[in-house]
Amino acid sequence: MTRIDNNRSGADIAVSVRGLVKHYGETKALDGVDLDVREGTVMGVLGPNGAGKTTLVRILSTLLAPDSGLATVAGYDVVRQPRQLRRVIGLTGQYASVDEKLPGWENLYMIGRLLDLPRKEARRRADELLERFSLTEAAKRPASTYSGGMRRRLDLAASMIGHPAVLFLDEPTTGLDPRTRNEVWDEVKRMVGDGVTVLLTTQYMEEAEQLASELTVVDRGKVIAGGGIEELKAKVGGRTLRVRPADPLHLRPLAGHLDGLGITGLATTVVDPESGSLLVPILSDEQLTAVVGAVTARGITVSSITTELPSLDEVFLSLTGHRASAPQDTVPTETREEVAV
Amino acid sequence: MSAATLTADSAAKSVDDVRIPLRGHLRHTGALIRRNLLWIRQDPESMADALLMPVIFTLLFVFVFGGSIGQALGGGQDQYVQYVIPGMIAMMSMTLSQGVGTGFSQDFNSGVMDRFRSLPIGRGSVLFAKISVELMRMLFATTVLMLVSVAVGFDITNWPGLFATVALATAFASSIMWVFLTLGVVMKSAQSVQAMGFLVLFPLQFGSSIFAPTTSMPGWLQTFTDYNPLSTLADAARGLMVGGPVAHDLWVTIGWSVAITAVMAPVAIHKFRTKS
Repeated sequence: MTRIDNNRSGADIAVSVRGLVKHYGETKALDGVDLDVREGTVMGVLGPNGAGKTTLVRILSTLLAPDSGLATVAGYDVVRQPRQLRRVIGLTGQYASVDEKLPGWENLYMIGRLLDLPRKEARRRADELLERFSLTEAAKRPASTYSGGMRRRLDLAASMIGHPAVLFLDEPTTGLDPRTRNEVWDEVKRMVGDGVTVLLTTQYMEEAEQLASELTVVDRGKVIAGGGIEELKAKVGGRTLRVRPADPLHLRPLAGHLDGLGITGLATTVVDPESGSLLVPILSDEQLTAVVGAVTARGITVSSITTELPSLDEVFLSLTGHRASAPQDTVPTETREEVAV
Repeated sequence: MSAATLTADSAAKSVDDVRIPLRGHLRHTGALIRRNLLWIRQDPESMADALLMPVIFTLLFVFVFGGSIGQALGGGQDQYVQYVIPGMIAMMSMTLSQGVGTGFSQDFNSGVMDRFRSLPIGRGSVLFAKISVELMRMLFATTVLMLVSVAVGFDITNWPGLFATVALATAFASSIMWVFLTLGVVMKSAQSVQAMGFLVLFPLQFGSSIFAPTTSMPGWLQTFTDYNPLSTLADAARGLMVGGPVAHDLWVTIGWSVAITAVMAPVAIHKFRTKS
């Protein structure tokens, strides 16, 4: 249940956005955004800081009024029917948060009451969600004493109280360490398994790959690409061939040899010493065959050869001409290391 | 657990937004009052101002200024106690109201306000809950004040007058709280709300008849103190608790309270609703 099956034909549209515009003075936070999220799927909205992701979520959750354009969530108009809309959404993220001074249980109980649950039902739901998000033992402690991961789990629990049909997750793992990030991902996957429609914003390629079935890439208030993740990668083209020589000493000589032949794709061969492999960019099956032939001709024993789709970072680079993440956003790489350990 | 269905009643979708029934507003306000009371339980020190301010101010004014101002009143320290205690009730209604703004500003900066605003509750509930809890704090401080005042020799002779005074001070405080709520919504940090609060507070507090009779003040200042609602509240409190003319000051204070609420409550709610 890690990835949502979106083959359901004719599924309803849970979130629909047409020509959405929001300007702050000269800054065009959103400059005509179109977007559809089908019921029961996870839409990843990917973009760097300042791309307009948070503005989009704030408009969809009625915290902010758009300048123009139309947006509906579960059929309700964000401008005309905000109260009905608020009843069917959950919001978690870098801004909407829990009350730090309140114990975890009290946070959930309060939100239950604000969602018009009867007292008994609000109590039951608070217990149930604490249990589900493994927070029962911390139920009576103020949220300010929670670790980063517990805080996010409480955030997620809070957004689930009203059985939302659509869940907005605004950068749900920003600022978390890799292990906690995986924990939050697992929780989100479980929620998705329950059938919630999710719109998720993220700066992390790996997060989108992990959670989303479809992707909208935004940059400077505009949608620059959209579609299924695999589809999007295919559109950008290119694959990466990962070659692992049996003897790591052969890595560098082999890389030089392949570059010298000039048979590879756009970029040059990259040596990845950690995994003891070469990353060879290729554009066609012919190039693939030529690389394999060249390796064989050198008489080097190879323990594995695999082809991989390009990373989302590469996708973003080729779509926008600039890198998606700022230099400090290197957390996904760390996550990979963590996973490897 | 299952997600709510997306295919809600199609008739409901064609109409504009639903109204929240009164019971809903009460439920939401109640849940938020509980939240603010839990804050006090988590952090009892937050009550320190409500506990200590009446004690410190009463002791300070009675023992530092009491003798000399009391003489000017034609008596001594005892005479001053009868003069200043009703004024203290007026002062505290103003000073403690300020907390409403700083607390609100903190909520905005912590992000919990965004969660509230994404829930299907009336935006006013959040404001009413905050005001209710601050008024409870004020009543607590008033109780402390009355205990201290009896200790320093104040005679509570007129209980109905005392309750009428507390009711009047509460009405005035709730009107002032809308001003501080507006500041809390508009200003960026709790510190600036507090700084701004002091700028408003100090001239009103000391340029009034709370601590000393205004007769020896220069004419221009007397004009200010005459219109200052804290003066009229203090004078009305004196009339109600100790004796003397009441009607004029009472009506002027009520007038101020109604006028401030009528202007500032809609402003606060509007600013709260449109804050992005």
